[in-house]
Amino acid sequence: MTATADPQQLSYIAAQAADARVNIELETEGMTLNIGPQHPATHGTLRVIVRLDGERVVAAEPVMGYMHRGYEKLAEVRTYPQVTTLVNRIDWLGSFANEVPFILAAERLMEVEAPPRAKWIRTALFELSRIANVVLFLGDMGVQLGAVTPVFFAFRDREFVLNQIEAVTGGRFHPNFDRIGGLKDDLPKGWIEETRGVLGRIRTFCDEMEDLVVGNEIFQARTRGIGVIPADVGLSYGLSGANIRASGVDWDLRRDSDMGLAHGELDWKVWTHPDGDSFARYWVRLQEVREACTIVEQCLDGIPSGPVMAKVPRIIKVPAGEAYAETENPLGVMGYYIVSKGDLVPYRVKIRSASFNNVSITPWVLEGTYVPDVISILASLYFILGDIDR
Amino acid sequence: MDEAPVAVEADEARDAVVAALADALGDGLVASEVQPGVDAWVRVTADAWVAAGEALRDRCGMRYFNFLSAIDWQPSPYGRDMDAQVDGPEAREPEPREPGVTGGDTRFQLLARVHNPDTGIGVHVKADLVGDAPEVDSWIPVYPGADWHEREAWEMFGISFRGHPNQVHLYLPGAFEGNPLRKDYPLLARRIKPWPGIVDVELMPGDDSDDDADSSGGDAEGGDDE
Amino acid sequence: MSTLTLAVELAYWQQTTIRAVVALVAVLIPAGTLVYLFLFKMMSFMQSRLGPMEAGPYGSLQLLAEVGKFLQKEDVLPRKADRVVFKAAPFVVLISTFLLVLVIPGGPDAFFIDVDTGIFLALAVSSISVIGILMAGWASSSKYSLLGALRATGQLIAYELPLVLAVMGVVIQAGTLNMQGIVMAQAEGEIFGFGAIGNPFIITQFLGFVIFLIAVQAELTQPPFDMPVAESEIVTGYLTEYTGMRFLLFFIGEFATAGIFSALAATLFLGGWYVPGLDPTDNLFNVIGPLVLMGKIILVAFLIFWFRFTYPRFREDQLQTLAWKVLIPLSLVNIVVTGVLKVLV
Repeated sequence: MTATADPQQLSYIAAQAADARVNIELETEGMTLNIGPQHPATHGTLRVIVRLDGERVVAAEPVMGYMHRGYEKLAEVRTYPQVTTLVNRIDWLGSFANEVPFILAAERLMEVEAPPRAKWIRTALFELSRIANVVLFLGDMGVQLGAVTPVFFAFRDREFVLNQIEAVTGGRFHPNFDRIGGLKDDLPKGWIEETRGVLGRIRTFCDEMEDLVVGNEIFQARTRGIGVIPADVGLSYGLSGANIRASGVDWDLRRDSDMGLAHGELDWKVWTHPDGDSFARYWVRLQEVREACTIVEQCLDGIPSGPVMAKVPRIIKVPAGEAYAETENPLGVMGYYIVSKGDLVPYRVKIRSASFNNVSITPWVLEGTYVPDVISILASLYFILGDIDR
Repeated sequence: MDEAPVAVEADEARDAVVAALADALGDGLVASEVQPGVDAWVRVTADAWVAAGEALRDRCGMRYFNFLSAIDWQPSPYGRDMDAQVDGPEAREPEPREPGVTGGDTRFQLLARVHNPDTGIGVHVKADLVGDAPEVDSWIPVYPGADWHEREAWEMFGISFRGHPNQVHLYLPGAFEGNPLRKDYPLLARRIKPWPGIVDVELMPGDDSDDDADSSGGDAEGGDDE
Repeated sequence: MSTLTLAVELAYWQQTTIRAVVALVAVLIPAGTLVYLFLFKMMSFMQSRLGPMEAGPYGSLQLLAEVGKFLQKEDVLPRKADRVVFKAAPFVVLISTFLLVLVIPGGPDAFFIDVDTGIFLALAVSSISVIGILMAGWASSSKYSLLGALRATGQLIAYELPLVLAVMGVVIQAGTLNMQGIVMAQAEGEIFGFGAIGNPFIITQFLGFVIFLIAVQAELTQPPFDMPVAESEIVTGYLTEYTGMRFLLFFIGEFATAGIFSALAATLFLGGWYVPGLDPTDNLFNVIGPLVLMGKIILVAFLIFWFRFTYPRFREDQLQTLAWKVLIPLSLVNIVVTGVLKVLV
């Protein structure tokens, strides 16, 4: 089970792609199809070169870099507070969650800890951005399979979540709200009650998706048994998040390690599914949105009072050292490895983003599937282009 | 995550990992560091790189491949680009290398992290790579997920992986030259335009302007603007 | 539009001209109605949005705006396209649509043509569109188009069979292939002696109706059978390279065919232009018949579009499985049962 098919085949594909012919050469042995970079199903600019025999995929090779922004290099010339502005743009659907692991890693190096109130608000915002992110997946999966209606419901209800995030942070998509040592600001008045209402809407949305998508026989026919990823393979490729939990691996950083957020003090459940197919990935994510609602609700009930900012110097210099912090982001495990030399700027930042690993399994999992399944598998792996290309 | 309360305790699980590695690799294990309750690092020789991966996977249950990358320990000849001026001096005296956790002797250091999903413990593996265009054995036979990470390390740092089936550019265009994440690769935007952002700390109303970079005493309220 | 309804005798060429104009209207009006009513409005309401609201009251003139937009666009031909075939393909599809509308009666004397093999003709000419689609896909010189066209061909051929077999039950019951005859059989028929509402075949041929609707859905390449145009997989299949006017022709063809297949279903299973309780030979039906038919078309089209907006799409092999392993055996059973009952009762 190596990552790629045989190297000659791959170089053949690369050669085929290089000349980027629009026109077909109809060869009896197969044809090369470019899915992307401009393609409705790649939501972003992922390109998958597939070698087809009829509609069966002989070999598939994703090509990315169309959106590579070089954040690891750029982070080396920005001060620590400025880096959060960059990393906001990695997974743009759940931006706040991108900031958290970076801040946690920096806090670990500085040996400061956010006050409890900040931790709880962080947890609430973290899970709200998970909802905002995954809700869109729940609708989008329908579109990829040809059902147009769910995505409109998703956009409708996500808007309420974004409103709540905006009410706190001032930014719908790029909050840039997390600070080393706490948060920029406290919650606005009346926010807690409003958020409860929004959570109710999201729960209704989840029920709608359960009826409209999960319960649909065609959806099940299209996703059950498709793109099966066994647990071992998933682990060796570094799949994370719902993708690996759908393969039956009961592993969630929020529960299994001390991320530095308030999850450990809350009562919630990690969902897994034994099948490892596209359906399982969808189902697990659906349950996770519900679970996130539970988490946020408990956060709202239990936010302690106190300051939202610890004592940190105005100008942040991070002591020399290395630290790695990872959190269970909407797309999977996201981590930052920070090398500091006691300076205003980090010496090196390695960004471990979830989608990069999640998509790296595609050559393995796409082999032998049909073109329609390519779409459903890619959609169910759920990647954000910014999270692959960084 | 706060390491202070548990700093004195021993971390048996992470120590066990290091011990297992020492047992499996012998001289291959150069150095190790365990921050109890937080994290663990091991440094192996480049020759023991694949063996270290196998030992971690098979003996320590580190089935989960997290990431693979590298660190360029040679500071940039252009300085830290914080105070870069357009007409500033181009290259400077090279600063000395200061290796981080578990030390290091060479410019390039390979860095990978694997994880045990059952115990929730991860370990960073480092390896010193000799030379300016170093080579090391590929981890793909051990962790197939290393494929793309090695391609990334190859184009970003110029580290070749022996046995990699498809060592081509991952992000960069095919004809791209240079290894952008090497420290001596200039960030062009900083070379042609000064960066105003480095002094963007806004003062609170009524604050004095002498709150300079050395005020680590923590008297300010830290960006908490109303 | 036959001579009886008109006060004056018309020459053959005059009649023909009138029929041609009416046929054009009969294609475009249902198509426009369906697009506005279902694609613009009903779909929007189902998706909790308003749909077009700016052009005209409740966006009713949006359709004209869309047509105007398409007409303004440049007619782009792919460089390596087979130009003649590429240009001809939309017209071939439209020909199929226009030929289809001819057999549908709007009243006892309001019809375009009255042939004894009406439904046979309809099913035969409905297959012409496959040729147009295949032409479009091949001539576009695009892989997506080719895949789409091949999918369309496989699908349309597979679903022609259940479509025909579903109609067979109706034909057996009515005892005629003539569309007027089928409407009359429903108007004057009775269900096991109960004849107050006639015998709309949807009651006795319910299985046939369901199979017919599923097959129509596949013939129209609408979700859940829209693999030939599956925009998330192969962009828009055979439509990928088309723009402007030619795309509009395909678009009109798609929705006009949806309207006409609805009309076929209404005629075959819902009694066509007939309303129970009135004398089917009454001259009144020449006036209200087309309106009644339109109402029934909207009913059937509602079902078609409801499926369209709700379901995800099948995979190509699942679709073939459904056609060959479920629909065809079921429709064969339907034919046998209908035949046996026809002989016995």
